[in-house]
Amino acid sequence: MSPPQVHSVERTSGQGGKVRVVASLGDRFFEWLTRGFALLVLLTLGGILLSLVVTSAPSIKAFGLPFLWSDDWDPVRDQYGALIPVYGTLVSSLVALLIAVPVSFGIAIFLTEMSPNWLKRPLGTAIELLAAIPSIIYGMWGLFSFAPVFSKTFQPFLISTLGQLPFVGPLFQGPPLGIGMLTAGIILAIMVIPFISSVMRDVFELVPAVLKESAYGLGATTWEVVWKVVLPYTRAGVMGGVMLGLGRALGETMAVTFVIGNAQHLNVSLLAPGNSIASSLANEFAEAVGDLYTSALIELGLLLFIITTIVLALAKLMLLRLGRREGMKS
Amino acid sequence: MRHATPEIQRIYRRRQMANRFHLFMSFFGMVFGLFWLGWILWTLLVNGFEALSWSLLTKPTPAPGGEGGLANAILGSVMMAGLGTLIGTPVGILAGTYLAEFGRRGWLAPVTRFVNDILLSAPSIVLGLFVYTVFVARMHHFSGLAGALALSLIVIPVVVRTTDDMLRLVPDSLREAAIALGAPRWKMIVLVAYRAARSGIATGILLAVARISGETAPLLFTALNNQFTTWDINAPMANLPVVIFQFAMSPYDDWHKLAWGGAILVTLSVLGINVAARLLFRQKNS
Amino acid sequence: MSHSSSPNLSLTSPEVRIAIRNLNFYYGRYHALKNISMDIQTNKVTAFIGPSGCGKSTLLRTFNRLHELYPLNRTTGQILLDGKDVLDRREDPTLLRARVGMVFQKPTPFPMSIYENIAFGVRLYEKLSTPEMDARVQWALTKAALWNEVKDKLKQSGNGLSGGQQQRLCIARCIAIKPEVILLDEPCSALDPISTAHIEELVHDLKSDYTVVMVTHNMQQAARVSDYTAYMYLGELIEFDETDRIFTKPNQKATEDYITGKFG
Repeated sequence: MSPPQVHSVERTSGQGGKVRVVASLGDRFFEWLTRGFALLVLLTLGGILLSLVVTSAPSIKAFGLPFLWSDDWDPVRDQYGALIPVYGTLVSSLVALLIAVPVSFGIAIFLTEMSPNWLKRPLGTAIELLAAIPSIIYGMWGLFSFAPVFSKTFQPFLISTLGQLPFVGPLFQGPPLGIGMLTAGIILAIMVIPFISSVMRDVFELVPAVLKESAYGLGATTWEVVWKVVLPYTRAGVMGGVMLGLGRALGETMAVTFVIGNAQHLNVSLLAPGNSIASSLANEFAEAVGDLYTSALIELGLLLFIITTIVLALAKLMLLRLGRREGMKS
Repeated sequence: MRHATPEIQRIYRRRQMANRFHLFMSFFGMVFGLFWLGWILWTLLVNGFEALSWSLLTKPTPAPGGEGGLANAILGSVMMAGLGTLIGTPVGILAGTYLAEFGRRGWLAPVTRFVNDILLSAPSIVLGLFVYTVFVARMHHFSGLAGALALSLIVIPVVVRTTDDMLRLVPDSLREAAIALGAPRWKMIVLVAYRAARSGIATGILLAVARISGETAPLLFTALNNQFTTWDINAPMANLPVVIFQFAMSPYDDWHKLAWGGAILVTLSVLGINVAARLLFRQKNS
Repeated sequence: MSHSSSPNLSLTSPEVRIAIRNLNFYYGRYHALKNISMDIQTNKVTAFIGPSGCGKSTLLRTFNRLHELYPLNRTTGQILLDGKDVLDRREDPTLLRARVGMVFQKPTPFPMSIYENIAFGVRLYEKLSTPEMDARVQWALTKAALWNEVKDKLKQSGNGLSGGQQQRLCIARCIAIKPEVILLDEPCSALDPISTAHIEELVHDLKSDYTVVMVTHNMQQAARVSDYTAYMYLGELIEFDETDRIFTKPNQKATEDYITGKFG
């Protein structure tokens, strides 16, 4: 343990005597106080996990492992399975990443390699403001503004083009409702773009100028420098940013609740309404009657917490890895 | 001359095409991002300004068909955000202080830093669920206090992170100078290190306030909602985000209008606090 | 304009590869290079020396227009490579850089395998079959005196090599695209004495095929490896002559003071 060492250092450096002893008591108290709060933060994660496990125990006991792949969600018969919300959470987040990752990559390239200096800060701030807009605003805008336009323009287009293709066709069939999994995915993409692009921009800026210069010195174009040198150099950080975005998308509640459609049945088409873990909780939890219903919803929350914690931990580890390599070099 | 051979010219042209294409796509990505920002803000301004009125700020939320405003929700939001910040800030600052000032040895600081970063991005609805299970379910009723607790769980990681980052930016020479004057360590931290990191930590607190001002999910089953104005933090409490959610999902046009009014109030305050935080930080650093 | 460098333009020369004419360089408002004119000889090693901040690296970086990466940089005047102005903004710098290669202060292996480090540059200009590429990689590594040390680990990352090996890898990468001119920007400043000796030997061998221009802060190095030496101070070319002459009886008092260590 470290505190005694700290005190001994203080004592030898000081004069000794009464004042020093009082001061060292003050130091000891202050260190233990701050340590206590640090521990509190550390224990919060464990506390969340523990409380969710305890309160979802009735549901875990009643349904066991099949809870994970059962698509039966019926409050009337008190039967619950997580498949539909888990599927909806994963698919909408995947759609979000498919859109957000390339766009964020483009934004990061634009901000680090193309933008004139005087535009970098305003544009970077504008993109970061997207992250500051409350998620409920995304939800309202999505429901009242985006979905009607989407159902009249882009969705019919998708149905008549991609919907006719073999293999991917079934993903884009059905009536153009405006709301649904695809809409949720697109709005999630807009919401995570600022997170992913700002991590990408930050790690791109870690690339030593001389490394880029030597690629330019061989005659490489800007794109070749980014794709062949900058991206491989920052791979761990870029993956960390993507995972961070994924963690955000998985847990996003309000925006998704407005536009995903909240339908408890499984549908292959991305245009069909679905459900996500977070939106099930938002819609049903406050009105859930019966211990088993509540407990099943909490178990959904537990699943969400475990998935996002793993994803975020991986994100953090990847970013640390890039940081360490940077530290070793300099 | 080498550069004149047709093969080099052909490869060169293809590389230039690829370069132009990808740079154009990057530019397009930038425009794509700004396009959504513009559309969202435009929708908000058009619908929101139409809904703004004096009664929005003075009258409580109406029953279906009745006249009303958002006064009780505004009061509840301000109370809960304020209380959440008051609870979360000292916890966050003290924990962050440990990480930066005492955590240079041992496992506790790096592990806590890691866990804190996970909490920073944890789904806010799960934080609400946590407060529900440990607090609301015990008390057997929803309350403004529970809402404030859930919000404080969002404040804490933000403040821990900024306190830690900002204290670590304080040069060691400053610490040594204070210690050399004979100041005990805690005085050095409180009087010297905190002062040096003051504007950075304040920025972090402001950003945390901005974030919780718009949070809806953790309040859904902690504070719930209340049709009436209340100052009692032990009773269910109205708040802007939940009212916006309920009114926007309702079938009534006048409720939609109130929801837009609430939406523009929330967004303008959140963006305003954000910009203020950035200005504060920039001013200090320039 | 009675510039001290102008008399040297009439150096007895078999062939001039790079002719610099009235080159000025501005970084924003700062006038970093002042009216430089000089001729760089084919298949010789030319060294730029001078105290740090004198503009020697800046001058080198205009030869392949690397300065254009930073928008505040601006030049006037001409740099004629085989009679054609390389600073002409209508020309794409990409093809110029195939003819004028560069090696930097710090070794800069790309984040890929040793083999790919070499092949990367070659692919920018040529479409080679696998055996042709293998041969090219071996040729370049042999030329850079690195082949024997890395032939068994071509698939490993270039970052695993020692500093001196990494720098030779960068030289091989530069040679592999068969440039006419090689620019070396203090190539040994980050290396130990043994690696430095390796590189110096290599530079000596390279001049039979290439025109080499190197910046160095180390006067002994300039004396050891170069045929011509230019002494620069505060953005001006003070003296440019055969290395032997510069180090034995320089024309300018300023050069002599710097060489003898009275200043700098």
